Amino acid sequence: MTSAVKDEPAPELRGFREVQRLAYDCAEAVAARLTPGVTEREAARMQRDWLRERGVRDWFHLPFAWFGDRTAFAGFKVPLQFFPTNRKLEPGMAFILDMAPVYKGFTADIGYSGCLGLSPLHDKLLADLEVHRELILREVRERRSLREIYEDVERLMIKQGYVNRHRAYPFGVIAHKIDRVAEHRWSPRVYGFGTQSLKGLMSDALHGHRDGWSPLWSPYRFSDHPPQPGLWAVEPHLGFRGTGAKFEEILVVTDSKDPEQSAFWLDDDLPHVRRWAEERVAA
Amino acid sequence: MSLPGARERRVHTGGIDLCVAELGDEGRPTIVLVHGYPDSKEVWTDIAGQLADQWHVVLYDVRGHGRSTAPAPLRGGFTLEKLTDDFLAVADAVSPDRPVHLVGHDWGSVQSWEFVTVKRTEGRIASFTSMSGPSLDHFGHWIKQRMNRPTPRRVGQLLGQGAKSWYVYMLHTPILPELAWRGPLGKQWPWILQRLEKVPAGDYPTPSLPNDAAHGAWLYRDNVRARLRRPRTDAYAHVPVQLITPTGDIFLSENLYDQLEMWVPQLVRRSLPGKHWVPRTRPDRLASWISEFVAANEAAREDDRPVQDTVPTGAYADRFGGQLVLVTGAAGGIGRATAFAFAEAGARVVAVDRDAEGAARTAEMARLIGSPAAWGEAVDVSDEQAMEKLAEKVATEYGIVDVLVNNAGIGLSGSFLETTSEDWKNVLDVNLWGVIHGCRIFGKQMAERGQGGHIVNTASAAAYQPSRALPAYSTSKAAVLMLSECLRAELADRSIGVSAICPGIVNTNITATTHFAGADAAEEKRLQKRTSRLYGLRNYPPERVADAILKAVVRNQAVVPVTPEARGARLLSRFSPGALRGIARLKPPL
Repeated sequence: MTSAVKDEPAPELRGFREVQRLAYDCAEAVAARLTPGVTEREAARMQRDWLRERGVRDWFHLPFAWFGDRTAFAGFKVPLQFFPTNRKLEPGMAFILDMAPVYKGFTADIGYSGCLGLSPLHDKLLADLEVHRELILREVRERRSLREIYEDVERLMIKQGYVNRHRAYPFGVIAHKIDRVAEHRWSPRVYGFGTQSLKGLMSDALHGHRDGWSPLWSPYRFSDHPPQPGLWAVEPHLGFRGTGAKFEEILVVTDSKDPEQSAFWLDDDLPHVRRWAEERVAA
Repeated sequence: MSLPGARERRVHTGGIDLCVAELGDEGRPTIVLVHGYPDSKEVWTDIAGQLADQWHVVLYDVRGHGRSTAPAPLRGGFTLEKLTDDFLAVADAVSPDRPVHLVGHDWGSVQSWEFVTVKRTEGRIASFTSMSGPSLDHFGHWIKQRMNRPTPRRVGQLLGQGAKSWYVYMLHTPILPELAWRGPLGKQWPWILQRLEKVPAGDYPTPSLPNDAAHGAWLYRDNVRARLRRPRTDAYAHVPVQLITPTGDIFLSENLYDQLEMWVPQLVRRSLPGKHWVPRTRPDRLASWISEFVAANEAAREDDRPVQDTVPTGAYADRFGGQLVLVTGAAGGIGRATAFAFAEAGARVVAVDRDAEGAARTAEMARLIGSPAAWGEAVDVSDEQAMEKLAEKVATEYGIVDVLVNNAGIGLSGSFLETTSEDWKNVLDVNLWGVIHGCRIFGKQMAERGQGGHIVNTASAAAYQPSRALPAYSTSKAAVLMLSECLRAELADRSIGVSAICPGIVNTNITATTHFAGADAAEEKRLQKRTSRLYGLRNYPPERVADAILKAVVRNQAVVPVTPEARGARLLSRFSPGALRGIARLKPPL
């Protein structure tokens, strides 16, 4: 969908926005129900059930939940460690909920960071994510290469004193493309990933490979190209000692000449963005 | 001899007249200090003086010691029961309606363990800080456990402690100890303490020493055999306990306290490099730990939560809690990771860097992860005057530095013939002179205080690995390594350890700012990018170097190569330097 975003009428974007909102609503609802003793598996199931009740049938990937030092991906070596475990939530612990539902053929992939109780450290991490959101948008509008933007994000994290934890993701990605997904009655999953969505990603990879771009935004050479028009689920992830925090939301990139229109965050009314605004008002 | 500024009174109990001294505001919570054998309350002079600013401090001479009277007959007059009576009498006299915080050293700690584990003192004690004196009951169970199930390790522990307890057997012989103390031993004792324990001269030991030691022998005779043979089975502490273990104690082994959690539900552990007489040799550290623990207990009692919650949990928190650590080059890389590791262990941190913003950021984050206080300072380590000024400021505002980490350094690459004298000057100014200034200025303060400390210098594997690509950098680091080893020899006398850390290839920002001699700006940028990428691929995290630094301080290691390649090169430099010289000729892949 190279130019689909610009050319297609707004309803398409509305569809993506709707599912992204739904996912964030789910995250907030589940976060509010988390209590000491809940395990990651239970939290993941709570997300699944909540979304299923509201009509989600397919997934880009099934919901994840990470508690405590797993929010900083401490010791993550193999991708299987991403899956929810029996780690129990304790007071003062940070958590991340991450889910990618498909709803009415639209996909979203979101990340929600929270903390059970008060933690000044976690607040600081969340607050420091704001500049990353601004940096990414600015540099995408400048049409810098994805690899360059990646390196700038990483440099900023290091300057802030953090470790770049999206390095631990498969291919070290900070973002990946998402797209519409054909609705099938039966969509099996492989390792928690919906096959329909994977199919889309694969075909993007195939086409992209021919045209010299990649649907994965990584520190490697295959991401050494300007941002490709389309929808990107961007997830900068900070780690600091045993605590991690991230957001994940959709960035729209178009081939418009107008810088404002060439890239924008799909929705500015999300929990983390609201939080920053509230903090500014409080300050 | 009396303590400066102390108010003295006599307390009568069971036919004994105890000499009690008080300092500080009586309205404040009370700390009672109990001395050991063969001491009198003067062993606490420095600590009491420091605590008195904030607390009501009470010291007393144990019966038969100092200016308290002795029981008659001596035999049977020193049982733990009678000592408990004395303590209760003193506590009732000085703090009738509020429980007291108890601090004991050596036999003072042994008897205090009895106070905090018997029923009749419940409600009279708020907390207990123990140093160098185990509970005889716990000790009895410790021995029994090891006798009943002797594994090689347990037998080793038994024999080790058995050897350290030689003086206990000696004191059980009749008359001889008394004769020795009243004769030559009593005369030589101050000299022995200065020689073996490095106890500074002062008002201690007091002239009453021969009598104190002769009377105090009955502490052992009246209690040790009976308690070790039949230890109480209900010796559970009913108050929070802070256990301070000197790591170099020649009378007590550290593993005596292995399973202490069994007896003490609320236990905070501390360890301190020092010998047996820490109240004389490490008063600052002890006073701050005692004060902190008392304050935490007072606060915890108000909030009704366990005091352990207020103690940091990072690696070596027992060792670095409350210490003052200064790290240079702390705005990034190894320096920043080191500052964070110390912060997690509960140390107070001064983060120093040329980059003011980065240093402030390190301090801010350090506070968020457990540092009770942290400050960022913008100073160029190569500027002698600025360093002098910093040292003065740190000493007056935050105190004397306990651990100094000279880490700031810059990179310089390029062949010798292309390195200009300006390049040489720059790299030596920061890498070598920065370390010299740090060691000289802060090391001097440490030595003058005379209470130990540690200096860590970040050298590099390049210090012993010659290379055609890094002549100036390697030279500066080799100098740092040699400087550290010389300084270590010199400062050993003052209980100040010196460690040189040789990290190797670590993923830090140093490559991005390395100057490449002989390269123009564009070429330099390319080389910086390329080396950064290579270092990134190696991806050895600075956090692991920070862990190695903390470990080096705890173990007082001399030279610490960190990454496998640094360790390999170190091995080669010692056993096959020719191979290293061969490697040095290879052109680096740039």
